[in-house]
Amino acid sequence: MSIAKDEVKYIAKLARLELTPTEMKKYQKQLGEILVYVGQLRKAKMKNIKSGLSHYKGEASLVNVFRQDESKQRSRKGAEKLIQQAPRQEKGLIKTKKILNIKTQKRENRRV
Amino acid sequence: MFLNELTISAVHRGLQKKEFSVQELVKSCLAEIKKENKRLNVFVSVFEKSALARAKEADKKIASRSAVGPLFGIPLAIKDNILIRDLPCAAGSKILKNYQATYDAAVIEKLKTAGAIFLGKTNLDEFAMGGSTEFSVFGPTKNPLNPAYVAGGSSGGSAAAVAADMCLGALGSDTGGSIRQPASFCGLVGLKPSYGCVSRYGLIAMASSLDQIGVLTKNVEDAAILFQAIRGKDNRDATSLEVEGGNLAEIKLKNVKIGLPKEYFVAGLDPKIKKTIEQLIKKLEEEGAKVKKTSLPYTKYALACYYIIMPAEVSTNLARYDGIKYGFSESKARNLLDVYLRSRSRGFGSEVKRRIILGTYLLSAGYYDAYYLQAQKVRALIRKDFTDVFAKEKFDCLLTPTSPVLPWKLGEKINDPLSMYLADVYTVSANLAGLPALSLPVGEIGDFSVGGQIIGDYFQENKILQIGKMIEKLF
Repeated sequence: MSIAKDEVKYIAKLARLELTPTEMKKYQKQLGEILVYVGQLRKAKMKNIKSGLSHYKGEASLVNVFRQDESKQRSRKGAEKLIQQAPRQEKGLIKTKKILNIKTQKRENRRV
Repeated sequence: MFLNELTISAVHRGLQKKEFSVQELVKSCLAEIKKENKRLNVFVSVFEKSALARAKEADKKIASRSAVGPLFGIPLAIKDNILIRDLPCAAGSKILKNYQATYDAAVIEKLKTAGAIFLGKTNLDEFAMGGSTEFSVFGPTKNPLNPAYVAGGSSGGSAAAVAADMCLGALGSDTGGSIRQPASFCGLVGLKPSYGCVSRYGLIAMASSLDQIGVLTKNVEDAAILFQAIRGKDNRDATSLEVEGGNLAEIKLKNVKIGLPKEYFVAGLDPKIKKTIEQLIKKLEEEGAKVKKTSLPYTKYALACYYIIMPAEVSTNLARYDGIKYGFSESKARNLLDVYLRSRSRGFGSEVKRRIILGTYLLSAGYYDAYYLQAQKVRALIRKDFTDVFAKEKFDCLLTPTSPVLPWKLGEKINDPLSMYLADVYTVSANLAGLPALSLPVGEIGDFSVGGQIIGDYFQENKILQIGKMIEKLF
């Protein structure tokens, strides 16, 4: 079995991956094979299992773990170290490509 | 015998008696690394200067006071998906090639406090995804027992480092067998603790509900020492627990009840491995152990279940690599989406991409119920299989082969992911159920040894280690 090219393309986009034509062909076939294999789970007999996650209910070892939602004072140096890991930075900030399509007009207004 | 060939416990005794110094010990390990690392490709980075400096300090401490802990001055290797502050950590990936860890993993803090010395970081399959340590941007690690063969994976570098006497012990991580299988392939002892026993803080996440840090050592006693040092609750990992770990007292084989799950002795198991395990069973019975066949009926679905849950978690965990916060970034991108697409496509290797796409597919609308939800249900049933046999039969442990196959030749399975996945068939269940499991050598075939897997009940690490010690004595 192999899965449709369009489907691989769509999934890759969701996963934020760009595939070469060779990769596309390879994954189409390999993913198809893997899906056939994992698909055998459908044959598994279910007993006393209602929904996927509710089976954990009532197990003593499984309890929610909470902590106070408090802010902690971090050292400036520590923060700098983290920022320094970023491939693009400016004035101690992480720089990205713009995420909003602000018109030139507005930008000029701000300068005023 | 050279110092680097000793066990952790033997070195500890030697240091206490001042038979040799920590510096001599560290130097002998570094010399071995220098001699063999090019050929075997085990370490991706070696911290010669800092290791020697720490060794010097350690010797001063030994000279000034006599009592030191069991890991004091012990040179260790660390899998390169565990963070050590201010040192590079690449997880075998191009996307993290220039990354410097900004903090210590919880296990590293503990080992630093215990006085252990880190020699370097070891090679692994990219983000711990693989069973052969061939999927690393640093190239494949070779098996010290025969360099034409794979060392297993994904902790192949850690296994090879211990097997080649480049260090005395190593940390690895195990998501579906990544400690036990390379331990088996390299003739070592490997322990995957119960889920929650060891903090995952500072372990680069692969599949968070399955990942667990564990140890690779030359014998069972060393595994127990290293495990004791890294276990325990940590507030920074909400899934970690403080548990007693069961009885540490010595166990006699004649008082032990061992279960043999029949689903682990079926077609697909190399007949030579099967024979080796059968010989072990005979020996155990001669020692008076009660060995009884049992059944874990949902075992046949374990691998399929694992290859749904694991990639699903992989695809979400690896969404954090965006080319913006840290690591590799493609500079020629036009817009933000382009940064993501190009950085990820060029930063990740083929196996990682395969699993991200698979996981994204399995979690996408229309498939979620059929695959992921179904896998969660089967996971509960696999777990129930184990809790049932431990409760009803009162087994002290279960015994199985660690791997259905012996090490394969480098490159043999690299283009056939499904056949590589099938080699995980005996190890994934312990991760899905969260149980502790130990692999130790129980026989030899050609250049390689055969790993036997001892699976214990929840948090019974001490019990399986004690049973392992008794089995070790039979050889």
